[in-house]
Amino acid sequence: MFTREFQCTTVLAILAFGLGAAFAQTPNLGEPIDEVDIAAWDIDILPDGTGLPPGNGTAAQGEPIYAQKCAVCHGVNGEGGISLALAGGEPLTNGIDTSKTIGNFWPYASTIFDYTRRAMPWLQPRTLTDDEVYALTAYLLAMHDIIDEDEVMNAETLAEVQMPNRDGFIPRFPERMP
Amino acid sequence: MPKQDSMRRWEDLGPVAENGLFDRRAFFKGGAAFAATMTGYTLSESSRAQALVDDPWSATVGTPTGPYETRSRFESSVVRTLTNPTGAPRSQQSRTPHHLIDGTFTPNGLHFAISRTGPPDIDPEQHRLVIHGLVRQPLVFTLDSLMRYPMESRMTFVECGGNSAPLWSPEPIDATVQSLHGYVSCAEWSGVMLSTLLDEVGIDPSATWLLAEGSDALAVHRSVPISKALDDAMIALYQNGERLMPGNGYPMRLLLPGWEGNMNVKWLRRIELLDQPAMSIYEAKTYAPILPNGKAYQFYFLQEVKSFITRPSPSLSLSGPGFYEISGVAYSANGRISKVMVSADGGQSWAQAALQEPVLPKAFTRFRTPWRWDGGPAVLQSRAWDEAGNVQPTRTQIVAARGEATRVPSINGFPSQHYNGPTSWGIDSDGEVKHVYA
Repeated sequence: MFTREFQCTTVLAILAFGLGAAFAQTPNLGEPIDEVDIAAWDIDILPDGTGLPPGNGTAAQGEPIYAQKCAVCHGVNGEGGISLALAGGEPLTNGIDTSKTIGNFWPYASTIFDYTRRAMPWLQPRTLTDDEVYALTAYLLAMHDIIDEDEVMNAETLAEVQMPNRDGFIPRFPERMP
Repeated sequence: MPKQDSMRRWEDLGPVAENGLFDRRAFFKGGAAFAATMTGYTLSESSRAQALVDDPWSATVGTPTGPYETRSRFESSVVRTLTNPTGAPRSQQSRTPHHLIDGTFTPNGLHFAISRTGPPDIDPEQHRLVIHGLVRQPLVFTLDSLMRYPMESRMTFVECGGNSAPLWSPEPIDATVQSLHGYVSCAEWSGVMLSTLLDEVGIDPSATWLLAEGSDALAVHRSVPISKALDDAMIALYQNGERLMPGNGYPMRLLLPGWEGNMNVKWLRRIELLDQPAMSIYEAKTYAPILPNGKAYQFYFLQEVKSFITRPSPSLSLSGPGFYEISGVAYSANGRISKVMVSADGGQSWAQAALQEPVLPKAFTRFRTPWRWDGGPAVLQSRAWDEAGNVQPTRTQIVAARGEATRVPSINGFPSQHYNGPTSWGIDSDGEVKHVYA
């Protein structure tokens, strides 16, 4: 009897799985939380622009911020220093060890915004304002002529930036991709 | 008749491959006759051992037993090597000394660890794991609550996608197995299956990926297909029986058996279910290796079948001709190791190695081969197969498919990722072992 009941429950649970039903058998010790209360942690920016905050910035605004907060590690002109180069980028056909930069490699502008906001400056992560991150992203994109000097980056425009190497990638295991 | 038997036995026990490699079963069936075959060199009368006397440590009582055992002081040189010991503002790597340990699991203090901004000092009482996004009900879990869930234990290796990167060099870099392959280790991990927690939050049918994110300063995040999360992903709380080491994600990490190390997010605090990959810097740039045609692989996911010899290996020179055991580790993200072949002549001829039981999926398998070194030059190499039918590529094959670095990199450099070709150890007539290409 127990076995049959258990099987029925399992079958129902499996059927309902995709609909999001919970298993009665698990402890259910998680505390419900509202998305609004996760906001401080929910910092990722997706390639389609999901997650981009309000605010804006231009390359001209980004230049002095770069000089003040980034140049010490990445070089005055993004040529690299104790940290990796941001500027330039040889053709990727030059070799498998070609330096990967925003100009020759990064497929999405969202990744620049995301990483700069979550991780930079190295010793003071998540201290830049969203306007500063937009301005720095614009500065790095304009440095590679991906956008114009006076183009304003915001939640709408950043998601529309076409990166030069956008189509340069092959999934290693296509059968394992969702 | 007895003499003939003995002769036949002798032949059976002869080398099965060039340069002194013996059958993997030789130890078990050979006995005394095999011992004679293997030694082949008798010690002279003058090398007899000295008479035994009581040692000072036997004449007095030992030291008090402490609450947490540490190693003999004579083992203090068995340590990880570090790329950034002062914590300068860049990644920190530490490598497992494979040539100085044996067996299949890595002691916690020697497990490799890589962090971008240093392990955070996390108070387990305050730590939280939130699962949200495309779910029916976002939930927050404490460590205390997770401790009440059904747990599982499994042996599995974790390997950095950049492990073995010096082998992309166009010239062999002479370095130890620790320097070349130190970013892989194997442990028994215990924790809560991620599928259990995903059942509780309720997966929205539109969710195809999840994002896992750490609570380190950089908040490392990676995208994982939901299918892997439901297959064998674990929220690991224990490492070889004790709580995770800080460098390996204390108090909790994502464990994705067999998958790229960086995806096994440490100090895990957030999982968000998504309908697209996040394209974090690590999947969009760092772990996307450039191919010879200028394209790049993305979402490499698997740490494919690989093996390397740990003994003999550079820094462990041979002390004279005679018997040695060749020993190493093999592993694959595609299940169990099915076979390891060993060569002593640079891949011209091969002998099948013995595999230490139990052979577990996605875990280190120790292989061993009896070898009689004749004192001449030799090149040792291993090659592994997994149960899914994958074989470790030759160097020629992997270089043809993936290319080679244009210049010799630093031993700490990462000219590309996911090297799983063979490693060759060249032995000269003095018994010195060097990394070579063959």
